[in-house]
Amino acid sequence: MAGSSIMETLFQRTLDDIIKGLRLQLIGESAFISKAMEEIRREIKSTDPHTKSTALQKLTYFNSVHGLDMSWAAFHVVEVIGSSRFAHKKIGYLAASQSFHDGTDVMLLITNQLRKDLTSTNEFEVSLALECLSRIATLDLARDLTPEIFTLLSSSKNLVRKKAIGVILRVFGVYPDAVRVCFKRLVENLESPDPQMVSATVGVFCELASKDPGSYLPLAPEFYKILVDSKNNWILIKVMKIFAKLVQLEPRLAKRVVEPICEHMARTGAKSLMFECVRTIVTSLAEYESAVKLAVVKIRELLIDDDPNLKYLGLQALSIVASKHLWAVLENKEVVIKSLSDADPNIKLESLRLVMAMVSDSNVSEISRVLVNYALKSDPEFCNEILGSILSTCGRNFYEKIIDFDWYVSLLGEMSRIPHCQKGEEVENQFIDIGMRVKDVRPELVRVARDLLIDPALLGNPFLNRILSAAAWVSGEYVEFSKNPFELMEALLQPRTSLLSPSIRAVYIHSAFKVLIFCLHSYFFQRKTIASSSLSSNDLAQGVSDSVSVRESPKGSGSATCEAPANELDGGFNPRIPSQLSKDIPTGNGDDMIVTHGQTSSFASLEKNSFTEDSISNLLNLIEMALGPLSVSHEIELQERARNILGFIELIKQEIPGSLDQGEGNFEREQLKASEVINVMRDAFSKELGPVSISAQERVPVPDGLMLNENLCDLEKICGDVQLPSTSSFSLGTPHSKEKIGVSLLNLQSKEESEPSTESTSLLAEHRKRHGLYYLSSEKNEISSTDYPPANEMKLQDDLHDDAEDLVKLTEQSLVPKKKPNHAKPRPVVVRLDEGDEVSIVAKKPDSKDDLLSGAVRDVLFGNEAIPTSSRRNPSDKSSSKRKGKEKVNIDLPSELKENLGDEEKPDLGNPSSRRSKHRTHGKERRHRSPGKNDEEREENVQKEKQKSSHRHGRHKARQRADGPLNVVAQAAVIPDFLL
Amino acid sequence: MIHFVLLISRQGKVRLTKWYSPYSQKERTKVIRELSGVILTRGPKLCNFVEWRGYKVVYKRYASLYFCMCIDQEDNELEILEIIHHFVEILDRYFGSVCELDLIFNFHKAYYILDELLIAGELQESSKKTVARLIAAQDSLVETAKEQANSISNIIAQATK
Repeated sequence: MAGSSIMETLFQRTLDDIIKGLRLQLIGESAFISKAMEEIRREIKSTDPHTKSTALQKLTYFNSVHGLDMSWAAFHVVEVIGSSRFAHKKIGYLAASQSFHDGTDVMLLITNQLRKDLTSTNEFEVSLALECLSRIATLDLARDLTPEIFTLLSSSKNLVRKKAIGVILRVFGVYPDAVRVCFKRLVENLESPDPQMVSATVGVFCELASKDPGSYLPLAPEFYKILVDSKNNWILIKVMKIFAKLVQLEPRLAKRVVEPICEHMARTGAKSLMFECVRTIVTSLAEYESAVKLAVVKIRELLIDDDPNLKYLGLQALSIVASKHLWAVLENKEVVIKSLSDADPNIKLESLRLVMAMVSDSNVSEISRVLVNYALKSDPEFCNEILGSILSTCGRNFYEKIIDFDWYVSLLGEMSRIPHCQKGEEVENQFIDIGMRVKDVRPELVRVARDLLIDPALLGNPFLNRILSAAAWVSGEYVEFSKNPFELMEALLQPRTSLLSPSIRAVYIHSAFKVLIFCLHSYFFQRKTIASSSLSSNDLAQGVSDSVSVRESPKGSGSATCEAPANELDGGFNPRIPSQLSKDIPTGNGDDMIVTHGQTSSFASLEKNSFTEDSISNLLNLIEMALGPLSVSHEIELQERARNILGFIELIKQEIPGSLDQGEGNFEREQLKASEVINVMRDAFSKELGPVSISAQERVPVPDGLMLNENLCDLEKICGDVQLPSTSSFSLGTPHSKEKIGVSLLNLQSKEESEPSTESTSLLAEHRKRHGLYYLSSEKNEISSTDYPPANEMKLQDDLHDDAEDLVKLTEQSLVPKKKPNHAKPRPVVVRLDEGDEVSIVAKKPDSKDDLLSGAVRDVLFGNEAIPTSSRRNPSDKSSSKRKGKEKVNIDLPSELKENLGDEEKPDLGNPSSRRSKHRTHGKERRHRSPGKNDEEREENVQKEKQKSSHRHGRHKARQRADGPLNVVAQAAVIPDFLL
Repeated sequence: MIHFVLLISRQGKVRLTKWYSPYSQKERTKVIRELSGVILTRGPKLCNFVEWRGYKVVYKRYASLYFCMCIDQEDNELEILEIIHHFVEILDRYFGSVCELDLIFNFHKAYYILDELLIAGELQESSKKTVARLIAAQDSLVETAKEQANSISNIIAQATK
């Protein structure tokens, strides 16, 4: 054994050899490494510490530079750490801090070794252990070693003390209870004469405060002193970061710090400090005009600097300031715009953000024009950044910046044609969103959609598919605004649509269906009027446009009559009823506009391509030609839709030739049959897709006598053997599925049943599909059958439930003089909902660790605030709480112990008092430490043993704190007086 | 705080990695690959900051080596640049006009120097002199240990054990 060991020692390859060898290997690197790893695996088991540590060093090298796994060697790492030689120890600690993590199972084995090294007389050994601990500390390690770190925090050796401070950050993070022990010593280091100590301590507080600034408000006086007195830039930067957090909580603090910060900003030559001052002012002191002005001057200096770093930071600072002081951005407009063409993509991006911040309703079109032109010229990535930011800026808050929607819609069309455009999804959403929300823009929308659909070149670009599907949906849904439905039909059925994905083709086919219905209806309407020949051409146009308006308005034709019984049946609790009713009132207004649109557009279309027999039969042939092959498609979505249309044409065709060939006498009757079918179909499509609020269903009151919360276990017992259908099929559901789903569903069902009672069964199905969309976004299959909009469409809301408000809005718009006379037309109504549209912001819960930590810090810092309340109950405490903050930690413990810890934890009752006394001793001993050192150590051993139990009630405390945050708030109100 | 420090050569070879936040071995490899892709492709006259996964990476190129440090959004980029420069100066002083080869062959020493400079992702020592002194003291400790171990008598003692 000894022989092999010495051989290994003598002929072991050192790290140098490995590195040299590796550099000579040009191709067989991996083979070399695996051979070296083999050696390492053998050598690391050696009994000779030197061989072992060299092997470990090599392994660490491979791990950190080549990313090889070394978790298997964790135990050997522990062995090397335990070596008595400093050189080996060092290698071991390096390996540990590189490779150990929370899940390393040998972690428990190094606790004692760490403790030994932390208490070593060799400061370098202590510092090695501290460095390692700062990286690998787990809850157990931190808990067990807190006493040692506490001692080291006031070590006379700077090297050790500095590192102990650094370790504290990690220890507090994993073991919040350490705060109770170490916090005071940490704070004392803030006042150390050595700037290195202060720097390290401020660094720790900066990190702590960034997570939970509120807890450190009481330390503001100390920080303020550093801010004013320190000359060290490293420290000043960190302190300013702390204040940036604190002043947001305490405005009075802002008044105090704004002056020194401005002074630093004016005085310093260091750019880093200057920038920190600027950032602190623009983020946290934005109310102080004069300070902001100074900061903007400095920002300007940064902006015109040649150094790209400073320019970038200047732009960043500007974008922070933009939200509150837009003038600062406008002042530097030229620089910002120029930066758009900077060589650095980061700078370009930053300036793009700023340009978007400058957008207002008066300049949105100019800025967008410039940017879109710029996007055409720039590289694909930045081009999409530009498009994305235009879309998000214009779409923000229901297009509040857009006045001229016609312009915006055509801009969307233009964007889609930019070759690099990859923003299909956003454009798609906005297309549909605008179509639903803004009635006035629909004619333009349809025009833009047509231009997109008709261009066969666009079909080949996969990024545009989503836009095309939106265009298809829009032109189908609002086909009455189309100038030439035949052309549209050709576009929808063009051969290149085979390039699209099936789901989008399905949208195309369904839109084609809508267009077909529209054409047939117009044709029959025209025939009827001509046949009766009692109308002048003018009246004819009027008639058609009337039909358009009828189609628009739900009160027209059968739908209103269908609605009425439904209304009665459902009582008040169907959310859709009020919306339907209310719709009637505002549409009175809307109808007028639509009629005018309808008049011009349909009249024009009528003139140009009147719906003659030829054109209609051509149309039918075209559809049959295009969709014939699809009726045997393997894609069910396509197949079903194609078959639907073909079946419908089959039905109509029987009627039409008859009407063509036969004489006048028969005509009327035949005609009536066909047009009846078409009327029915048209009604199915005519109902406008008006979304309802997300919360609509919640607003439905639960009717009396229905117990939704009742336990259905009994039911389960009764029909346990019956396989319950899944809820997704509820609209066609069996009786018991209805029972399960409850009231709103019943409503839906009854409504659906009552509504189309006068209509054919096919129509009933159609209605069901349609209404499924209104109610349940989760119903995938139902939605897809109405093709559009997708599930997320539920987000778009309709303000139909509040007619009064809508009216007010309308009148306001007509009465209030236009603010900006340069706009040719008033901003159209953008339908929006007051509630439900906004994304609900759920307050983010801080994670429990932070909670614990900040709770502990609060306890330590605010403990004395709580004295009056607790001392009232516990007079004995008063005597012990004379020295401020000495034993703040424990003051509220006794009462809590009574509350939280039952009889079973009785032994713990002694703990608080013992800890309190210990704290006092620490406090006293600090000044004459060396004589009392032994005592202290003994006490710490005692404490160590008690750590486990004290930890337990620490948890209790935390839990209680979470239950009653009021207490903390009350305390927080008192804090500011520390400073003032 | 600084989440990690990377030294990457112009060819994309890793020279040093130090992680102050927990990253698994898999994540480490991924991070290095991702970042070297981003940073090495950036031109010479661009700014030294890259936004990455909600963090910022501050990098600076010295000769053929890129020094990268990943920090939080609200940290001061210029301060980090100074820390990087500080580190380079200390290396320079220690190795005597440092070059990439020095770091390749003394990879562990680069770690020890970094450990004296940063702890737990925070700057702990801003004095070059102090760092140099501490490193020298530790080196001498290591050297004496090595001499002991390598002495003939020691080897003989081991062999005859």
